[in-house]
Amino acid sequence: MREPAPSVTAAPVVALRGVSKEFNGRTGRLVALDAIDLDVAPNEFAAVLGPSGCGKSTLLNMVAGFDGPTRGEVLFRGEPVSRPDPRRSVVFQEAALFPWFTVLDNITFGPKTCGVSAAQYGPRVEALLEQVGLRGFERHYPAELSGGMKQRVGIARVLIMEPVLLLMDEPFGSLDAQTRSVMQELLLSVWERQHQTVLFITHDVEEALLLADTVCVMTARPGRIKKRLAVDLPRPRTLETTTSPRFNDLKREVLGLIREESRRAASDEDRRGLGS
Amino acid sequence: MGDRRIPWFLILPLLLLALWHLAVTQHWVAEGIIPAPSQVLESWRRWIFGAPGKSLSPYSGTWVANVLYSGRRVLEGFVLAAVVAIPLGMFVGWNRLVARLVDPSIQLLRPVPITAWLPFAIAVFGIYDASALFLIGLGAFYPIVVNTAHGVRDTNLLLLRAARMLGAGERTVLLKIVLPSALPSIFTGLRLGVGVAWTAVIVAEMIAVKSGLGYVLWDAYYVGRMDICVATMFSVGLLGFISDQIIVRLSRVLLRWRVLERHA
Repeated sequence: MREPAPSVTAAPVVALRGVSKEFNGRTGRLVALDAIDLDVAPNEFAAVLGPSGCGKSTLLNMVAGFDGPTRGEVLFRGEPVSRPDPRRSVVFQEAALFPWFTVLDNITFGPKTCGVSAAQYGPRVEALLEQVGLRGFERHYPAELSGGMKQRVGIARVLIMEPVLLLMDEPFGSLDAQTRSVMQELLLSVWERQHQTVLFITHDVEEALLLADTVCVMTARPGRIKKRLAVDLPRPRTLETTTSPRFNDLKREVLGLIREESRRAASDEDRRGLGS
Repeated sequence: MGDRRIPWFLILPLLLLALWHLAVTQHWVAEGIIPAPSQVLESWRRWIFGAPGKSLSPYSGTWVANVLYSGRRVLEGFVLAAVVAIPLGMFVGWNRLVARLVDPSIQLLRPVPITAWLPFAIAVFGIYDASALFLIGLGAFYPIVVNTAHGVRDTNLLLLRAARMLGAGERTVLLKIVLPSALPSIFTGLRLGVGVAWTAVIVAEMIAVKSGLGYVLWDAYYVGRMDICVATMFSVGLLGFISDQIIVRLSRVLLRWRVLERHA
């Protein structure tokens, strides 16, 4: 079992300081994120949970360095994030594999690009293929794989980079329920070995609670962090964890927060509707 | 519907051939203007293999030489166009500044038909191969550059992000992500380009040079050899079809991943 809670005193891997993000939409300025403060400690598995359109993917894009904040700072190990970096690897929702490369070439794209010699990454590729269950599929093209298999490649492609921070943007959101469970267990088993720092975006309450050490519940637009709670479920976790009483208590709490939030959002809409 | 054993594609050509034959033999068309299919076939055969004995006719045994003349011009002009248009199209599609600098000029020149360039080409390059090469290259250039730029612009943002977060710099992104992603579009451009190249070679050879199928076509018309004119038309059609097929086959090899995608 791993040490219970991430140490509070350790310097955070990711720190968001008063981060706001606005977009210029067709109907004027759209506030996607409003004054977000968030720390992710080393070896912490942090989940960000929110309804669609709450700006949680925007948050991840800023940590990845794809996009900059309108106000505030995004810090990675104390340094402002300015561009994408292999130390902050992303697993996208639609896997985003390179369709013209085979599974093997997709996985080795990162090391090759960064000038790592085949002698160095070769053994790691073998281990990874085994670990994520892709052995025998090395020569396949992404088009020949199922959604779950594609996402295995997406995970292997970033794990080989040994990132400091693993960013996951609803990685299992487009998979069917059964495949999703398999992938969640796979991720747990991978994570139990390495304890990477993870920022995991999801709209699935059970997924967040099953995987994460902490869960940030976000509000609907403009996105704010409503509450952050520690998931004090013992590790290693399996799908069995989701049937434990403690799990259900946490789930009830989170669902309560979400219900409160959607009620607030609805009444806001009503008020706006009457006002105009 | 559509039994695979029946060669369906042959039905329409055979019907048209029969109609043509009837139109001539039944005198539906004025006599002596349009040759019968059999006559065209016979002239074509003689044009390819030569007449028995020594013949001084320009339409005896000269087909291969003329096909080689035209084919070489198309190949040279087409390769020249591709070599210039693909890199240029990449930059136009990739870099906004290059696009602003170059794209308006391309769009402005593009509607000028290749035939309108003829006097200019002859004035500048004379009645030589260079004239033909210029016209063919120019004609093939536009579809290739436009389609390449379009393909580059269509590159999936997610794939660009994925490459960058894996440490790819601009050069790697262009060669490993943007180029393969634009390749289907580039091949569309190449197919359109080779079609234009055959159009341009015939036009160029009719006026700007004194050899090749285009020259034969125009010359045969002047001496009233409509049978040779028709045989030339078939020859050009056949060659255009073959060159298109070569590109299609090549694309199937290079775009194997895409073929799989379509079958998925």
